[in-house]
Amino acid sequence: MTIASDEPQVASIAAPSAPPGPARRPSRLTRNRWGYAYVAPFFVLFACFSLYPFLYTAWISLHDVDLGDVDGAQWVGLANYGELLTSEFFWNAARNTLTIGVLSTVPQLAMALGLAHLLNYSLRGRTFFRVAMLLPYATSIAAATLVFGQLFGRDYGLINAGLEAVGFDRVDWEGGTWSSQLAISVIVIWRWTGYNALIYLAAMQAIPEDLYEAATLDGASRWKQFLHVTIPGLRPTILFTIVVSTIGAVQLFGEPLLFSGNGTTNGGSSNQYQTLGLLMYDQGWTNFHLGQAAATAWAMFLIILVVVGAWALLARRRARAER
Amino acid sequence: MTVLRKSRAALGVGLAVALLATGCGGSDAGDDGTITLDVGLFGTFGFEEAGLYDEYMELHPEIRIEETSVERSADYYRTLQTRLAANSGLADIQGIEIGFVADLVANHADAFVDFAALDGADEVLSGFYDWKVEPATSEDGRVIGLGTDAGPEAMCYRRDLFEQAGLPTDRAELSALWADWDGYLEVGRRYAAAPGRAEGTSFVDSPASIFSAAVYQGEYAYADEDGQPIPETSDGVQAAWADASTAAEEGLTAGLTQFGDEWNSAFANGGFATVACPAWMLGYITSQAGDGAAGLWDVAALPGGSTNWGGSWLGVPESAENREEAVALVQWLTAPEQQIKMFTREAHFPSSQVAAEDPAVSGAVNDYFNGAPVGEIFGQSAASLQFTPISRYDTQIQEAFSSALTNVATQGTSPDDAFDDAMAEIDDIVG
Repeated sequence: MTIASDEPQVASIAAPSAPPGPARRPSRLTRNRWGYAYVAPFFVLFACFSLYPFLYTAWISLHDVDLGDVDGAQWVGLANYGELLTSEFFWNAARNTLTIGVLSTVPQLAMALGLAHLLNYSLRGRTFFRVAMLLPYATSIAAATLVFGQLFGRDYGLINAGLEAVGFDRVDWEGGTWSSQLAISVIVIWRWTGYNALIYLAAMQAIPEDLYEAATLDGASRWKQFLHVTIPGLRPTILFTIVVSTIGAVQLFGEPLLFSGNGTTNGGSSNQYQTLGLLMYDQGWTNFHLGQAAATAWAMFLIILVVVGAWALLARRRARAER
Repeated sequence: MTVLRKSRAALGVGLAVALLATGCGGSDAGDDGTITLDVGLFGTFGFEEAGLYDEYMELHPEIRIEETSVERSADYYRTLQTRLAANSGLADIQGIEIGFVADLVANHADAFVDFAALDGADEVLSGFYDWKVEPATSEDGRVIGLGTDAGPEAMCYRRDLFEQAGLPTDRAELSALWADWDGYLEVGRRYAAAPGRAEGTSFVDSPASIFSAAVYQGEYAYADEDGQPIPETSDGVQAAWADASTAAEEGLTAGLTQFGDEWNSAFANGGFATVACPAWMLGYITSQAGDGAAGLWDVAALPGGSTNWGGSWLGVPESAENREEAVALVQWLTAPEQQIKMFTREAHFPSSQVAAEDPAVSGAVNDYFNGAPVGEIFGQSAASLQFTPISRYDTQIQEAFSSALTNVATQGTSPDDAFDDAMAEIDDIVG
């Protein structure tokens, strides 16, 4: 931080008017060398483990590469992307990612908001509830998915046993399109609701108490207070959680991978719950087409950019309209 | 200039730290002159459990054996591929599975020690079944690994469920009834129509059980002699698809996904009456069905002749640190004497003909499976096996067909549509 706040105006003034004296630039660097030294480890690691793979993936996506023979890559230009756009499997995965994303994100955030609102009251054993809510988040995806996979079992699962006990038919959770997507969404919701609720709770506690007092004096009910004081106060936080959940939804991978329970990577017998992340894995590591997998990875990245950009634009327009 | 140099130095230090953190150097040579052999495996090879490592270390006090095992062969293979591509991180001995031996033979044969070029190779190799040596042999005659176990197949069935359905329970009688798959489907129809059939049970676990066994009974399965996938024209696929999709359409299967949770539970709950079983699956059934099902299962011959499912090899990377010692250990572990021990101790069926014909193997019976003469049943299957060409995509193609068949069984997809779906998927897989 010291680097940025040191003398920002020097650069902006010096640059356009006259070229900086040869002695000036080194002196700034020397003066700030500790600053650079402190941030260096992060940027070195970032360059090694994020930037390089990121760019290398882009490079790979322009080649026909076999996992078993990476050195024998053939330049194909944008062919992998063209193939992706005409591939029924890509569009199927994109559709699944969207529906699972909506099915999991909307209820998840709504429930988190409600839970946070309840936990904001001075309840007895508040800490217990807060810790309990975070527990699913601390559970590994693999463990959770394996357990849920068994619960959703067709012949021997607990949920079907319960459905049958109250007179409904058994559901082939894994076999059907909607049922499997719903089941996977349940895993995601279970895991992330508490986490989002805690974020909302933290933001709620930053809303000034006066606003609620004023609202009470005006005769606003609890529900009205929630709608007209809490929600507007949480708007930046809600945007943050929406963005994070959207990114998570586009990248959804572990749950659909493990839901089948037998290690296959096709996302169900009709690819009914294959997400983009799983498709990428399937292409690259099951079918050895690294180039295609890299193209899918970049497509996912672009989708995230577009969706998050759209959210940001929407939020800004909303804020401007209110002002 | 000094600044630049300093920042470069800082960058260097940072990089060095990063590399140190990720590197995993270190030498295998012990202080006392012992040699440590790394063995990289997957699943359950069972050498350690059978005490073979201890035995070998006793015979060769200078050798220490360290095994690293990955549970799933698919995960293991992904790691092996990246290590082969980087030519680093390879163990002294690497396990090779039938699912990816074709890929290694076609693309990485030079990376492995050629067992055909060693002294006395002819004698060693002639001890194995031909169909075991052939998949590990490259076009120019390199043999990249020696066989461990094999998976000749039979048909496992539940005596009690058959009896309730009023079907014969004698294994010889059943073997004759289902000499071919038509006969098997006929027995299945009788089972499904039997008034006494246990409620909620199906004749066979999955259409994949029929398909994956029948497909390798053809002259071709998924690949031609050059290892090129030919799923649409292969005689094995045509015949296997007809049988398996018929069973799926007529509701003779439980529509389960093999190796999924529900499939495992179905063993314990007696959800189906038959399952095609390679030799290694007897152990799987024993552990899934549990002690309560002892004596309920039995083993008959596989309809339509013999076929093989699974089995592995041990190879030595050319870049192995202790190449000579590793080759010696592989030769010892895969020798007939050790294969016999692996059968009697761990129930792994030998890929060595010499071992399979030994009375300790050929005369073996399995008490859990109602005293079935498993040595004889699987031995006959192994002896009459023919080599079918395989491709690097066999596993993936089989998965595509199995998925399509599951849809016929559980989603009511018509067999023709399902076949088209499978072909579309396979086009994408083969790329």
